Amino acid sequence: MNFEAMLLSFRLAATVSTILLALALPLAYWLAFSRWRGKFLLESVVALPLVLPPTVLGFYALMAMGPHGPLGKLSQALLGHTLAFTFTGLVIASMVYSLPFAVQPLIASFESLDRRLLDASAVLGAGRARTFVRVILPLCWPGVITAVVLSFAHTLGEFGVVLMVGGNLPGITRTVSIDIYDRVQALDYSGAHRMALVLLVISFAVLSIVYGLNRQVWSPWPRR
Amino acid sequence: MIWRALVVFLVFILIAAIPVAAQELRVAAAADLQFALSDLAAQYERQAGVKLSVTYGSSGNFFAQIENGAPFDLFFSADIAYPQKLVEGGLVARESLYSYAFGRIVLWVPRDSPLDPSQLKWSTLLAPGVQRIAIANPEHAPYGRAAVAALRKAGLYDQVSSKLVLGENISQAAQFVESGNAQVGIIALSLAVSPAMKDGKRWEISGDFYPDLEQAVVLLNSSSQKKAARAFLAFLNMEEARATLARYGFSLPSAVTPAEHKP
Repeated sequence: MNFEAMLLSFRLAATVSTILLALALPLAYWLAFSRWRGKFLLESVVALPLVLPPTVLGFYALMAMGPHGPLGKLSQALLGHTLAFTFTGLVIASMVYSLPFAVQPLIASFESLDRRLLDASAVLGAGRARTFVRVILPLCWPGVITAVVLSFAHTLGEFGVVLMVGGNLPGITRTVSIDIYDRVQALDYSGAHRMALVLLVISFAVLSIVYGLNRQVWSPWPRR
Repeated sequence: MIWRALVVFLVFILIAAIPVAAQELRVAAAADLQFALSDLAAQYERQAGVKLSVTYGSSGNFFAQIENGAPFDLFFSADIAYPQKLVEGGLVARESLYSYAFGRIVLWVPRDSPLDPSQLKWSTLLAPGVQRIAIANPEHAPYGRAAVAALRKAGLYDQVSSKLVLGENISQAAQFVESGNAQVGIIALSLAVSPAMKDGKRWEISGDFYPDLEQAVVLLNSSSQKKAARAFLAFLNMEEARATLARYGFSLPSAVTPAEHKP
């Protein structure tokens, strides 16, 4: 069992899902409540990583982070090095990769809100920020949890993008999925098995949480 | 109207599902053969009218796939160990195994790099601007093992090990340095002479620095086109094909004989 890789995957998934939540909350809020006619364009962009193969994302990520790419130039100016083969690079690529998994559950739960509650909140004098924190968030907890858990799990299971921009550095970019792949390639099937099984169990647990939360009957937080 | 569209759609799917007629050799080949074998396949198609459909990847991957019944006729491995294991497992024809070439490795930098490996030789790796050195993953890629062996023999491994980035196979290592994400690569000569990379600057690492990169091919027992596959192997043995391999940066065994089997 490669604990270093396991730990790295969890660190990556935790970092990505935390930052994504911070980004996804305002983005989803805007996508759910905006009346702008061109909104569907942004919705399409957000959903792109769902349909694009990880190779496309990985390829563009590597090109963008390279010394001739925009991200590469920026990071060279700021940090003195390019982003490929670094943890930061992985975080950025993974955020793009997992974006729809954070945004879409939030949009769904925002849209299912009873708008009259928001109107009531406004009539009673609460501003938008206050309404968001006191009314929307408490009612949308299952959506928030789903967003965090799904983006966490999706990042944990990420392979293609990491393979393309990671460079397989132990402790920095060698995640569990890469390590399993390496084990298989090196014909160490029993090693691959152990890691794969752990990942399988974790993924099942994570999905059980999501589906459990969204089950009306015994959901820990009543939906409405 | 909807029904008509549906019928058209279904017909499309059915057409797409009809298997392509045979007379196409299915080949799994190590990534270092990417350019040499494409050339050889084109030559062979002109000559014999047999088409090769080649899948390039890492030898270890193909080994696992073949063990699990992947439908290939021929397997070109960058390391003779994998075909030998398949022989032991009874999945391939023992007498078909032979080593057709030896791989060579080079230090490679892009054309616009300030470094010139042909002047600096090993010290290219220690130059100040070198933050990342791309090699193939030594855990399972033969070229990665050769690179690490050469670094150790040159006494540089400890100094540069923290700069190494590992490509999944030798092609990816080449791509890391070609894209500028790594500053130097230790890659296969067969890739360094490819159209995309031949303008770069390179220095060949002497064969004394690493164990032989013995490339071997083998015919799968499950092949339904053994005759055609053997004909292609015979073609590889001919002067024209050998010259092509040499042109793409492989050393050739003096006479092609079935490889010796280790017990």
